Amino acid sequence: MAESSLKKSGGRLRVKIEPRLDEPSGKESLLISLGAVAVALILGGVVIAVVGGNPFASYLHIARAAFGSVGVLSDTIVKATPIILTALACTIAFRMKLWNIGAEGQFIMGAWGASAIVLAPALAPESPRWMFIPLMALAGMGMGALWGLIPGYLKAKFNVNEIISSLMLNYIAVSWVNYWIFGVWSEGGFQMSPKFPVNASLPRLSDYAATIPFLRGLTTHAGLLFGIAAAILLWFIVYRSRWGYEIRLIGDNPHAAKYAGVNIVKNTILVMALSGALAGLGGMSEVSGVVRRLQTAPINAGYGFTGIIVAWLAKLNPLAIIVVSILFGALILAGREIQPSGIPKMIQGIILVCLIASDFLLRYRVRLVKGEEE
Amino acid sequence: MDPIVILQAGVASGTVLLFATLGEVLAERSGVLNLGVEGMMLIGAMTAFSVTIATGNPWIGVLAAMVVAGLLSQIHAFIAITLHADQVVSGLALTLVGAGISLVLGEGLSKAGTVALMPSFSIPLLSLIPILGPIFFTNHSVLVYIGYLMTPLAWYYINHTRPGLHLRAVGEYPSAADALGINVYRLRYAYVFVGGMLAGLGGATISLAVAPGWFSELTTGGQGWIAVGLVIFAQWDPIRAAIGSYAFGALRRLILDIQGPLTLLGFDNPFYYNAYLGFFLQMIPYAFTVIVLVIGSRESMRKRLGAPAALGVPYIRGERGK
Repeated sequence: MAESSLKKSGGRLRVKIEPRLDEPSGKESLLISLGAVAVALILGGVVIAVVGGNPFASYLHIARAAFGSVGVLSDTIVKATPIILTALACTIAFRMKLWNIGAEGQFIMGAWGASAIVLAPALAPESPRWMFIPLMALAGMGMGALWGLIPGYLKAKFNVNEIISSLMLNYIAVSWVNYWIFGVWSEGGFQMSPKFPVNASLPRLSDYAATIPFLRGLTTHAGLLFGIAAAILLWFIVYRSRWGYEIRLIGDNPHAAKYAGVNIVKNTILVMALSGALAGLGGMSEVSGVVRRLQTAPINAGYGFTGIIVAWLAKLNPLAIIVVSILFGALILAGREIQPSGIPKMIQGIILVCLIASDFLLRYRVRLVKGEEE
Repeated sequence: MDPIVILQAGVASGTVLLFATLGEVLAERSGVLNLGVEGMMLIGAMTAFSVTIATGNPWIGVLAAMVVAGLLSQIHAFIAITLHADQVVSGLALTLVGAGISLVLGEGLSKAGTVALMPSFSIPLLSLIPILGPIFFTNHSVLVYIGYLMTPLAWYYINHTRPGLHLRAVGEYPSAADALGINVYRLRYAYVFVGGMLAGLGGATISLAVAPGWFSELTTGGQGWIAVGLVIFAQWDPIRAAIGSYAFGALRRLILDIQGPLTLLGFDNPFYYNAYLGFFLQMIPYAFTVIVLVIGSRESMRKRLGAPAALGVPYIRGERGK
C-alpha cells in the first residue's frame, strides 16, 4: 500500500503504514491534536532559540501573562471573544468545504456596520442601550453577511475560487474603513472616529464594580455572551438540524448530496452569508465592547486568520471552539509583550502545520513491524 | 501621468508577480495546489534583504532567497504529497508560517538603511526602438530581463520538451504517468520546490529591485494571493501569466500616478482635491483580481479548459481511480 514513501531503511524494524478502517476514538484524536501542538511549541522554541531568545522564558511568560491573575484572565477572555466568533464563521463554511479565508474582512465590515449606526448617525447619541445594541449587532451581521455573500455568490454562479475572492475582499474592507476614519468620521484629523456614547457600548464586568467590588477593573464584556450563544446555536444547526445534515453531506460527498436533491448553489450562498454574519458579529462585539470607537489597527489584528486555526484545532466542533479560543486569546494577549513581535504569529502558523500533518495519524495507522519485504 | 513611464514601471513591478505566477503555474501543472505563495514571497524578500546586508552582494541575496523559499515550500510538499493532507489548509498554514518566520527573523531589518541593489541597465540597440524601447529595455533591473527570458522558456519547456510532457502527465493523469515509470512523488516534490524558488525570487525582486527594503507584511501586501489568482486567469499558461502580471504592474503604478495632476481629461482631478478618495484607488488591484477571476472562471467553463485534472488531488500509489 502506501508505505513506500515513508519507509525507513537500514534496520530490521520497518515502518508500515496502512489506511485505518475504523474511525479513531475521540480520546485518540484529542491525544494526537495535543501531541501536534506540543511538537509545534518545541519547533517554535527552536526558532526562538535560534534568533537568540529563551524559549522557556517566553512560554512561561505567556502562561503567567495570560492566566496569572483574575485580571489577566479577564483580558485573555476579551482577546478570545472575537476569535470565538471568527472561528465559528470558519467552522460553518469549512464544514461544507467552502474555504472562507475572508473572516478577517467580514469582521472588519461588521465593525464598520455597527459603527455606522452610531456615527452616521442612525440613532441619536442619547438613545437607550436596548435600541443601540440590537441595531448595531444587526448592522454588523448584515455587513459581514454581505461580505461573505459576494464570494459565495461568485462561487455558486461562476465557480470563482472563494479562497482568493474572499481574501481579496479583506484588503478592500481595510481600505473602505480607512476611507471613513481618515475622511468622514475622523476625530480632529486623527485616524479614528469619536468615542461612542455609553449606551452604544457593550457592558463590561467592571461597570458593575459599584455593587460587586470584586469586578473592579475586569474588562470582559457582553460580547462573550454573543460568542457562547452563537456556539450553542451553531452546534444545534450542525449536529441536530436537517440543514446542518445537508451542509455536512455537501462537505463530505458533494456527488451524493446532489443525487439526494440537496441544492448546492443555494447552500453555498447561504452558508457563506451565515459565515460572514458570524464574523461580522465578532467585529461588532469588538468595536462596541473593547475599542468603543472605529479605528483600523485594533480591528485589523488578524482575528479572522486566527479563527481558521482555532476552527481546525477544534475539529470544526462549535463547542470545542470556546476552549481553544481562550488558549489562543492567551497566546495573543501575552505575545504582545514578547520580542521579537512576530513570535505569536509564527507559533500559530507552526501549530497549524503540525495539526495538518498530524491528521495523517487519524487516517492511517503507523506500525513498526519486524521482518523482510512483503 | 506619462503613459510610457507608467508602463515602464508596470513592467518592473509586474516582474514580481510574473516570477510568483510562473512558479505557481509549474507547481499546479504537476498537480499540487500551493496557496503558500504569499508566505514564500515574504520569506524570500526578507532573506534577500538580510543576506545582502550581511554579504554586500545582492546576487548572493537573491540566491539565498530562492533556496530558503524553496526549502519552505517543501513543508507543503511533505504534507500534501507524502501525507496526502488537504492542500488548501496546508498552503494556508504555509503562508502563516512563512509570514511568522519572516517577521521574527526580519525584526529590526526595516531600520537597516540602504543596501546594494540588483544592477539596472539599458539594452543597447533594443532600447532605441520607439515606444517599446523605453518601456521594456531602458533602465530596468537585471531581474526584469531575466523575467523576459524565463517566460518563453517556461512555455517551451511545458509544451515542447520531454520533461515538460512528464510534468503535464503527472498533473493530469498521475496513475498513467506512474505506469510509464515516471516517479510521480519525486516530480511533484521537485516542481513544488521550483515553485517555491520562483516565489522567493519574486520576493527578492521586491526587496532588492522594485521597492527596496523590508516593511514586514506590507512588503508583499497580498501580491502572493494576486499571483494565485493570476494563475487561474492565465489558465496555467506562462505567456498569459506574463501578460496578466505586467498589466497588474501597470495598474499599480497608474493608481499611484493618477493622484498627482491637477486635472484629469480636462476636469478637476477628484483624487488630487480629495486625498481620501485614494483609499478607493487602493482597492482597485484587489477588486480587479476578483474580476479577473470571474473572467478566467467563466472562460474555462465555456471552453471546458482549465485546471490540470489532478490539481489538489493527492496521489496514493496503488489506489484505484485517477
